[in-house]
Amino acid sequence: MDAFEAIKATFFQECDELLAELESKLMLLEQGQTDLETINAVFRAVHSVKGGAGAFGLEALVRFAHVFETLMDELRAGRKPCDTVTIKTLLRASDVLADHIQAAQGLAPPVDEERSAGLVHELELLTHGGEAPPVVEEDEDDFGFVPMAFDVPLDEPLPSLGEPEAVAPEAQTGWRILFKPHGRMYGSANEAGLLLRELGRLGPITVSVDDSALPTLDVLVAEDGYLTWTIDLTAAIEEKVVREVFDFVEADCDLTISPLGGGAEPVLAFEDEPPAVLPASDELDIAALLAKAAGGAPAAEPAPVAVAPAPAPEPEPEPAPAAPAPAPAPAPVAAAPAPVAPIPPAQVAAPVAPAPVTIRVDLDRVDRLINVVGELVIQQAMLSQRVLESGLARSSGIALGLEDLELLTREIQDSVMAIRAQPVKSVFQRMPRLVREVADMVSKQVRLVTAGEDTEVDKTVVERLAEPITHMLRNAIDHGLETPDERVAAGKTAEGTVRLAALHRSGRIVIEISDDGRGINRERVKKIAIDKGLVAPDAALTDEQIDNLIFLPGFSTAAVVSDISGRGVGMDVVKRSIQALGGRISISSVPGKGSTFTLSLPLTLAVLDGMVVSAADQILIAPLPAIVESLTPQEGDLHYVGGVDPVIRFRDRFLPLIDVAMTMGFRDTPVVPSEGVAVVVETEGGQQAALLFDAIQGQRQVVIKSLETNYQQVEGIAAATILGDGRVALILDVDVLVTDMRRRSSRPDFKLAS
Amino acid sequence: MKKTVLTIDDSRTMRDMLLMALEDAGYTVIQAVDGIDGLETLAAQGADVVITDINMPRMDGFGFIEGMRADPNHRTTPCLVLTTESDAEKKARARAAGATGWIVKPFDPVKLVDAVRRVAA
Repeated sequence: MDAFEAIKATFFQECDELLAELESKLMLLEQGQTDLETINAVFRAVHSVKGGAGAFGLEALVRFAHVFETLMDELRAGRKPCDTVTIKTLLRASDVLADHIQAAQGLAPPVDEERSAGLVHELELLTHGGEAPPVVEEDEDDFGFVPMAFDVPLDEPLPSLGEPEAVAPEAQTGWRILFKPHGRMYGSANEAGLLLRELGRLGPITVSVDDSALPTLDVLVAEDGYLTWTIDLTAAIEEKVVREVFDFVEADCDLTISPLGGGAEPVLAFEDEPPAVLPASDELDIAALLAKAAGGAPAAEPAPVAVAPAPAPEPEPEPAPAAPAPAPAPAPVAAAPAPVAPIPPAQVAAPVAPAPVTIRVDLDRVDRLINVVGELVIQQAMLSQRVLESGLARSSGIALGLEDLELLTREIQDSVMAIRAQPVKSVFQRMPRLVREVADMVSKQVRLVTAGEDTEVDKTVVERLAEPITHMLRNAIDHGLETPDERVAAGKTAEGTVRLAALHRSGRIVIEISDDGRGINRERVKKIAIDKGLVAPDAALTDEQIDNLIFLPGFSTAAVVSDISGRGVGMDVVKRSIQALGGRISISSVPGKGSTFTLSLPLTLAVLDGMVVSAADQILIAPLPAIVESLTPQEGDLHYVGGVDPVIRFRDRFLPLIDVAMTMGFRDTPVVPSEGVAVVVETEGGQQAALLFDAIQGQRQVVIKSLETNYQQVEGIAAATILGDGRVALILDVDVLVTDMRRRSSRPDFKLAS
Repeated sequence: MKKTVLTIDDSRTMRDMLLMALEDAGYTVIQAVDGIDGLETLAAQGADVVITDINMPRMDGFGFIEGMRADPNHRTTPCLVLTTESDAEKKARARAAGATGWIVKPFDPVKLVDAVRRVAA
């Protein structure tokens, strides 16, 4: 069952979306937005999960969702208050629901029975408990609809449970069915003719109609029921099967089913006229039927007039619709239940969010497209270069055409990259649950505030963000925030706040995780670092440097290894995973006020705007976002610290001047600074430095090719690209170059000097 | 001639399941995601039979059926309602709104097609 499996996969995809919706709506409830629309949205999400789960026979999931749904139903009916306690329970229930879905998918072990049962109990308590009447018809309000006045005839006999057994199917050769439709039946688009057709499928039938109740034309209401049908069905089947045919209309008709021959006499006996007997056929000829019916009713005076124009396709089989009744109809269209009733205003007033039209595409296909577009960009650049080299005038048709081509290529590339862009919401939405769980475990009160969830970033980046963010949130709650008592003692609210925000900043995405906790205890951090031999005991460290010690491998501040953090995964791992994405991490902390971790990541891992520079015959790319300014060093602006390390004056400050060719090992002798070009760059941490190159060749968008995948990691190099002329150029990792390499490169110099 | 069934459900899973079952049975299927979309689709493309869910955003199944019955073109178009339970009261409510019949979820494709055939002229 391939198609079935595919739909099941769709169901689980949908579940993810429903869970996300559930989570976000519950968050709204938590923030006090307990309006009916929000509650309804929660209800629908749970309801949809249950519906789909039922279709796939996921019993455990259905059972849990049902209890959840029942409580939501109470809430939306206003029978139970949507208070804080309830919302907290709902939040936890949504977590368990998510676990059930995971388990149903086979991604996780079955949900802990005790935990699930515990929540079921809590939900049931909220549903039935309290001051409200304990017996609430569970799914009473499944339709959430106030029924219109509508009388269900109770006089008709309902099949009792024992009946099928009582009447042995073999004993029956058939059934006599007496069927008198009410006008209402036609109002819901049911047709007597179709029902007869259905009966015909069960076995040979003989149909007769009693039209004695037909009024004279002047009082005839076209949509009322006047006819009584008697159907003799010759088939050895159970009564239940016969009754099923009338399932939809049972309440809109008088129905008597009695065994054929020797059975009880029909309740609705015929009067004087013998019924017109019709041969049964699969396709009932209604016109013929009408003709016969009317013809066999001499009591109805205007019958001939009524019959004449009876058109075959008329959906209502029995009324003669032609002659307009001269007398006013006494019961005008009572049949159709409020056919012109306006749409309930509540439904229309609901906020109309246009559903975005989307298609689902295999990620593989998108990646293939992106790859090809990358090649296209390279090819286009190559072509441009060739044309330039051939000496064609810039105003020539070819050159102009190429310019347009370049614009188009760029547009294609942007559009393709946009396909992969996703809001960080998908990651952010997983966090409230984590925060709740962690907060529970360490007995702290935490409020998570998120911002910028719609910020878009490449799918790969989004996916790989989850783990570092998770880790840092855990840290923020476990280490950053104080216990409620400590907070109150420090004059803060008992509830701590953790903020998770995403924003775009100069072509990168920035994720900030901040808490209003105690901040980093620098003395303790430094002591631990010294104890672990990570820094020299007499090292003079700035506050910033101390803060950054926590990113060192092997550093862990947790005095007691707790369940939450301290699982052997430290901030160094976070830093590495962020770096692997081409990102940076930095920290700022104010004692007593809290800490902020800032992640800065490229929006995409596929393209980059870069400055093409040369250093000792090598072509390098400096990422444009990092570049502040470029200048030609003047002799007078250069100074040498300790006679060795050059610094350059830049706007009344001295910046280290890094000879890139030498640092990278392209050559052994430093270039004379005034003969090169200095490019002032800024790291994510705000540190500035000047990089010395031989020359700047231009600015270009380059397609990033991973060096690690194709070769190996090279320090100081972030990635590689292919230039227009087909040469490979290395993309510089400015941060590493400025912070790490400079220190190292100066070391051998020191040795030489000393 | 192939009959056209309009299915209205906010759940993609359910729409897919209906699509699979009905197309296998030889029906042409058109889809809508909620009541408003359903009314628009019905007005634009028409249908021989409509199957609608009840709980949907924007406009629920009842709103849809009432809107549909208010349209002279679709007063007699059969409309089946998808319900999760099968008790008499709910059936009555569905009927009161103008539904022709109902399909109990989770549905069996055979029963679904059977129900559609029963109401399709």
